[in-house]
Amino acid sequence: MSFSHEDVQRLLQLLDSSHFDELHLEAEGIKLSLRRGGATAGPAPVAPSSARVASAPAPIPQPVTSSAPAASPVAAAPPASGDTSLLEVRAPMLGTYYGAPKPGAAPFVTVGGHVNADSAVGIIEVMKLMNSISAGVDGVVVEVLVRDGDLVEFEQVLMRVRPA
Amino acid sequence: MKTADQLAADGPIRRVLVANRGEIAVRIIRTLKRLGIESVLAVSAADRNSMGARLADRAVCIGPARATDSYLRIGTLIEAARGVGAQAIHPGYGFLSEREEFAAACEENGLIFIGPTSAQIERVGNKLEARRCAEQAEVPIAPGGQVDNLPAALEMAEQIGYPVLIKAVGGGGGRGLKRANTPAELSALFDLASSEALAAFGDGRVYVECFVTQGRHVEVQILGDGESVIHLGDRDCSVQRRYQKLVEEAPAPNLTDSMRRDLHAAAVRFSKHIAYRSLGTIEFLVDVARQRFYFLEMNARIQVEHPVTEQISGLDLVAEQMVVAQGHPLRLKQTDVRLTGHAIECRINAEDPTHDFRPAPGRLTAAHFPAWPDLRVDTHMEDGAMIPPYYDSMIAKVIATGSDREHARRLLESALADVRIEGVLTNIALHRAVLATPEFIQGGFDTGFLGRFLAGSGAAVFGQPATQPETLPATQTASEGQR
Repeated sequence: MSFSHEDVQRLLQLLDSSHFDELHLEAEGIKLSLRRGGATAGPAPVAPSSARVASAPAPIPQPVTSSAPAASPVAAAPPASGDTSLLEVRAPMLGTYYGAPKPGAAPFVTVGGHVNADSAVGIIEVMKLMNSISAGVDGVVVEVLVRDGDLVEFEQVLMRVRPA
Repeated sequence: MKTADQLAADGPIRRVLVANRGEIAVRIIRTLKRLGIESVLAVSAADRNSMGARLADRAVCIGPARATDSYLRIGTLIEAARGVGAQAIHPGYGFLSEREEFAAACEENGLIFIGPTSAQIERVGNKLEARRCAEQAEVPIAPGGQVDNLPAALEMAEQIGYPVLIKAVGGGGGRGLKRANTPAELSALFDLASSEALAAFGDGRVYVECFVTQGRHVEVQILGDGESVIHLGDRDCSVQRRYQKLVEEAPAPNLTDSMRRDLHAAAVRFSKHIAYRSLGTIEFLVDVARQRFYFLEMNARIQVEHPVTEQISGLDLVAEQMVVAQGHPLRLKQTDVRLTGHAIECRINAEDPTHDFRPAPGRLTAAHFPAWPDLRVDTHMEDGAMIPPYYDSMIAKVIATGSDREHARRLLESALADVRIEGVLTNIALHRAVLATPEFIQGGFDTGFLGRFLAGSGAAVFGQPATQPETLPATQTASEGQR
């Protein structure tokens, strides 16, 4: 049995629309824990590297904590390598994020790829208006923190880039 | 009969996007929590660490601090609501709450707008159309009407008698509003009023209305389900400064029984005429001298001063609003509504009383409100809270309830003496002074009250420049233009 990104998205939505706070699933070759972000719960206790999907912010409610001033849920997560020299690419607006120019097309960026300030790194849709997002920085993409179709918040960190 | 909470929790709405901030966001979230309905608060970057953001099940940042880039962005809010899986949006007051386009965008995107229909908002938002509705519903309106040019304005003014007010058709908040005492003044002001209206509201049309020199601002709270309408009593909001309400109370003191009955009946007639859905307020100007009243406007949303009605009715108006939003018919009949006692509310603003009450934003070092029985405080303030400079300066509403008006007034006086807000300036001293004036103690004064107080006995304390009298008693105006 193989698990696709869509399957996990569907599970997220299922949990999201339910009254349950947690969902644990074990099947052949996969072990998945989903937890609704509550006032007491921190970020999902999964290592960022192994949780590309589970750490996606939407649609599970996650509070903005008062201790992290400029933090959206994702920005609150520690940088992948704890490397403070990395540059962040942040969402200039709230909307639905798309990582490719159209469904099925190659993504704008991949980990390891090079971007410069003007490189398009994604699209944010607001009410059917597609807004092209540029990197604003030069360097190599180290980490992409959002997935196609995610709701991204204003100033949410979309990806991290090692300066060129 | 099922309770409001049972019905309010029963329906398609499981998660609500709250499209507002400050104390009203906190107020709405508290009721949603009690109902077991999830709340998602849309916050600007300046409000990420607000009390509301912490209380909500989730906060989503919708944009930068400036309201035009965040709280006033319809598309972004719709996108946020859909993105978080909310079924409904609560607009609160101010911001987009009375923007027909916002309600329409919700309707088009399958979201429940917790308020009236977009068509109703449009209808009551246009002052001429609202006046027409009032006429059709046989609700008295101040003599006057729309005028296209100066000769027509002069003719109208001649008919109704001076002084007159020139008001903007699309107006509110006192802008585009002029008082003319003579034909010469009207001639001088007409074009100015029209161009101000065009600049402020994108609609240069104006109308001329009889100016009532001694008027009280009395309003009636109504609740409708799109068919039936009931009223939840009246409020008096005659303590106003520059068209902004400062102190509100329920019920309105010193009204004759027949006047009160007529006001209630007129409000219900108006709302029934437009088959109003959700909470709304019909504002009236009560002509003290002639013992008559006129329709002013309808506020198609929850009101800042709704707590005074809640205190004397025992109802949670947000829950009642949710009952209707969930698709239920009104659960209350008029005879189920019981009003007892008296409640008074003071709006505490962060402003500098010695500098003409200019807004005084900043960080609170301490915020303490007494926790007494019969005292209610609606606030988003706490130690260390930030009052950003981008929004309204109101930081708290302190509401006292008593078996009668004097009990409530005394309780409020004592409570305000015990409020400690440090780090920013507030208007608490003004409230305390107002509550202690013989005129307030007696009750039933007109909207010129605060202007008279500030020019008279209050002048020494609050340093009102004597050269700058209020151009108008804050009456007959859309005092709630912004909220």
